[in-house]
Amino acid sequence: MTTAESLDRQDKLQGVGCSRKRKEDPRFIQGKGNYVDDIKLPGMLYGDFVRSPYAHARIKSINKEAALALPGVHAVLTADDLKPLNLHWMPTLAGDKQAVLADEKVCFQYQEVAMVIADDRYIAADATELVEVEYEELPPLVDPHKALLPDAPIIREDAAGADEVGQGQRTHPNHIFTWDVGDEAMTDRAFENADVVVSQEMLNQRVHPSPLETCGCVASFDKVRGELTLYLTSQAPHVVRTVVTMLSGIPESKVRVVSPDIGGGFGNKVGIYPGYVVSIVASIVLGRPVKWIEDRIENLSTTAFARDYHMIGELAATKDGKIKGLRVNVLADHGAFNAHAQPTKWPAGFFSICTGSYDIPTAYAKVKGVYTNKAPGGVAYRCSFRVTEAVYVVERMIDVLAHKLEMDPAELRMKNFIQPEQFPYHSALGWEYDSGDYPTALKKVMEAVDYAGLRKEQAEKKARGEIMGIGLCTFTEVVGAGPSKSCDILGVGMFDSAEIRVHPTGSVIARMGTITQGQGHQTTYAQIIATELGLSSEDIQIEEGDTSTAPYGLGTYGSRSTPVGGAATVMAARKIREKARKIAAHLMEVSENDLEWDVDRFRVAGNHEQFKTMKDIAWAAYNNVPEGMEMGLESVDYYDPPNFTYPFGAYLCVVDIDRFTGELKVRRFYALDDCGTRINPMIIEGQVHGGLNEAFAVATGQELPYDEQGNLLGNTFMDYFWPTMVETPVWELDYTVTPSPHHPMGAKGVAESPHVGGIPCISNAVNDAFMQFGASHVNMPHNAWRNWKAIHELGLDKQ
Amino acid sequence: MIPGVFDYHAPTTMADAIALLAQYGDEAKVLAGGHSLLPMMKLRFAEPAYLIDLNKINELRGISEANGMVRIGAMTTENQLIASDLLAQKCPLIPEAARLVADPQVRNRGTIGGDIAHGDPGNDHPAVMLAVGASFVLAGPAGERTVAADGFFLGTYWTGLEEGEILKEILVPPVTASTGHGYAKLKRKTGDYATAGAAVQLTLNGDVCDSINIGLTNVGACAIKATEAEDVLRGQVITEALILTAAEKAMAMTDPAEDLRGDVEYKTHMAGEMCRRALRQALARAKGGA
Ligand SMILES: Cc1cc2nc3c(=O)[nH]c(=O)nc-3n(C[C@H](O)[C@H](O)[C@H](O)COP(=O)(O)OP(=O)(O)OC[C@H]3O[C@@H](n4cnc5c(N)ncnc54)[C@H](O)[C@@H]3O)c2cc1C
Repeated sequence: MTTAESLDRQDKLQGVGCSRKRKEDPRFIQGKGNYVDDIKLPGMLYGDFVRSPYAHARIKSINKEAALALPGVHAVLTADDLKPLNLHWMPTLAGDKQAVLADEKVCFQYQEVAMVIADDRYIAADATELVEVEYEELPPLVDPHKALLPDAPIIREDAAGADEVGQGQRTHPNHIFTWDVGDEAMTDRAFENADVVVSQEMLNQRVHPSPLETCGCVASFDKVRGELTLYLTSQAPHVVRTVVTMLSGIPESKVRVVSPDIGGGFGNKVGIYPGYVVSIVASIVLGRPVKWIEDRIENLSTTAFARDYHMIGELAATKDGKIKGLRVNVLADHGAFNAHAQPTKWPAGFFSICTGSYDIPTAYAKVKGVYTNKAPGGVAYRCSFRVTEAVYVVERMIDVLAHKLEMDPAELRMKNFIQPEQFPYHSALGWEYDSGDYPTALKKVMEAVDYAGLRKEQAEKKARGEIMGIGLCTFTEVVGAGPSKSCDILGVGMFDSAEIRVHPTGSVIARMGTITQGQGHQTTYAQIIATELGLSSEDIQIEEGDTSTAPYGLGTYGSRSTPVGGAATVMAARKIREKARKIAAHLMEVSENDLEWDVDRFRVAGNHEQFKTMKDIAWAAYNNVPEGMEMGLESVDYYDPPNFTYPFGAYLCVVDIDRFTGELKVRRFYALDDCGTRINPMIIEGQVHGGLNEAFAVATGQELPYDEQGNLLGNTFMDYFWPTMVETPVWELDYTVTPSPHHPMGAKGVAESPHVGGIPCISNAVNDAFMQFGASHVNMPHNAWRNWKAIHELGLDKQ
Repeated sequence: MIPGVFDYHAPTTMADAIALLAQYGDEAKVLAGGHSLLPMMKLRFAEPAYLIDLNKINELRGISEANGMVRIGAMTTENQLIASDLLAQKCPLIPEAARLVADPQVRNRGTIGGDIAHGDPGNDHPAVMLAVGASFVLAGPAGERTVAADGFFLGTYWTGLEEGEILKEILVPPVTASTGHGYAKLKRKTGDYATAGAAVQLTLNGDVCDSINIGLTNVGACAIKATEAEDVLRGQVITEALILTAAEKAMAMTDPAEDLRGDVEYKTHMAGEMCRRALRQALARAKGGA
């Protein structure tokens, strides 16, 4: 029974469901954050890279003399210096290897060739110009469509003869893997027997997550103790520690990795980069701490791009719009080394979520990965592994099919949705969707924006030659990697962990294996514990990111913190509550079974005046426990999730395009998200705003373009598009709540949905605008120039 | 992103600045707001051995009117242009264009003199200077000389400034009641340089266009004076049909370079569209509209 009094107590806890202000903000707003570049250790030196100006070239010689002669320079390290330690190459998370420093040849522009270590970063920068590298240019391979031609330049001579580079059989020296899923024969039959078939080529262009804080580290090796401390902007500090141990042979107990405050990650900070490895080596060799911090150009040019998926989507359907089959063919450009960051057994991540929110009986997807002379990567930019690409292809294809059938895209979606009663739903490509209610979500959005009214307005505008588009996206994500039976990184299962300790006076310290980079873990994990333990979230301290104190976890990316780390937190808290129940029973001299939980206390059933609060119990845990019980009140949980979670949403976007300049205005964007149980609505809104901004950026401007020589164009913020507050649309948010049945509190994860769903939504709106005039699919980014080309071809810009 | 080594001087008089410039020759660069020079130095595209900072020279600042001319000191910042009542009344095109330059941080330090002297075709003030019919006072070891904006912009990073000269001030004839102006700038986002821009200032005599200047931004090696477009309109009653013809003429005078903002075709068309927009606005204003 809830009473006003118990509600009041509940409010005071500031637990789950409350829009508690972010605990992180006071320090960030006051400039009191502590980022890796804020760390200064006594005697610290600075590293800076000499980088390749060419995309593909042989290194004929490297002359360090002039650089070494510059006062303040301590060392210039090249591949030859790392060779004796066998550290000139390193393994990637994808089973390939990557040159730490270019070994005899360079394979992409800006590749790391040598590192200068100097007294300060100014001297280091000057010295990089004094390192003389003689190159012999080789023909570059830039277009992935040409990678597997018989006469294509061979990029990776080191692996040219290898049968595989970590992810299955290869057919060509530039071939990395071919991965397929689904029943190909059955899918082919569905296409042969279909009334209607549509096919569309489309590109998820190469982009970069470009967090505000670039990558960097401080490596500090203590020769006397044999201990290595590594401060690192990492989304996965524990995994980094394991890899460092594997590479260096220093026992894991003597390696400490600390992720301090992180200025955004978005997938850019999962992997291990040459800068980290060389800094560690330099610190070991020189016996002094070494700092290496990327500048913006280096970040955009070298450390882990995202996407670059060249896709062909196909749908087979009946003439009244029932989808019978989906086929997707992908050519994936991974750059010069396969350094994407997916769970190890998933070369194309979770791309097979590409059947989306639709009940598609049969499907087949095939992804071919190739090398090109471009920077390595293929990370998940604010999304679960390759989920943005998957959602893009299916959401665009639905619109393409609707266009062909002359059916409204909303109606086609309604017709093909997986229905609420079909959950748990087994998709044709092997996923078990946990829960969802797609029709309700889309209906709610359509009513909120007066969808019919918008379509009427669009038709009127069209008659006047004005260009308006309406885009829909009804996406389903797969997040929370993941069950260890299918997900691991280099053999470590993708569980996550929480350790909670209640102090005698009832305050709490809790540590997790995840790491916050803007998500607000210090706020939301405390709310979870507050609700589970009945202790005020204000008194709950959350710490993450120091491998010497936090329990082992796989880190934060792919929306896994709430689904996995959050679940571990709930489970750990519940263990404490079970112990607390026993202590309460002991204190009140009643049977455990007579006790019931009431917000912040155990009370005797039928006699509510007799109770012990968690604070009472915490005190007793340190002086008066039942006989045979250990003192103290703490627990730890390593949570291996039974399944992934499947957040979903329904988005709608209205765009107006200037027919003389191609400029695009997102007039309306309505985003309904369902992330299951909502821990902190304010933080959810903030995450959705941020994700939508990034989606807007990708859909309308971001790209990493290369010229034919493999030169990267546009690697500064002058060109690489980030919308300012002036360009950013107004976001209208909404939600439904469909809890995950297997997550201990029903939560699913939200921070990536807006990015995943927002990109196809905007792209659908732009394509809707043009397709009504007869154009075919236009690729992203939908910038003014590209829009104008479509307009000009259609002749809509006549004066 | 770290510049090479340089020596720094901060003279307080023009005489000292000119002397330092003479002493160090082409190894020196004068520093104004730094918002073009410092990015180039950080990328090491420019590695001057000496920087001569003009910020402490008071006579280079300020906006005033004398002898029928508005005088703008070269070190006047964009934000000072925007805040000036005198300019709002007498040279309204300048503050209007200044509002479209870069972002608030840049406008806080970036100067009109630096914007003109840099010779970057992407900068907005050169085309504006052509439109308002400005002239520039250049000071050097041999004294001062005054040159017209028309003819000053010679190519990318190439102007009529001779070695050892400093742009001291900008002289602008004030507008009359029947003058109209417009600056149309297409950009990818706030803070970006123009994909294409057009600056127009015209004066009507009754319904007839008495005088007209059109400057184009970022569609050639330097700011372009669209004289052939002007010729279409000068002495005529400006109609929409004539505006379209003039824009076509302007497009024919462009020679843009492809970059990530667009290819030659797009930029040429955008020069035309910006021209039309600026002309329509200038005409409406000259007729007494907003
Ligand atoms: C992000 C960003 C966006 C920008 N966007 C725009 C834009 O949209 N439009 C635009 O017009 N500009 C733009 N700029 C450039 C900006 O307006 C600069 O401030 C301007 O181009 C140069 O003025 P400055 O005072 O900063 O000169 P500085 O950078 O100090 O100097 C530029 C050059 O001019 C020389 N110089 C400076 N003053 C004099 C003088 N009095 N006499 C002789 N030589 C001199 C210097 O030696 C140097 O070679 C942008 C800059 C940035 C960083």
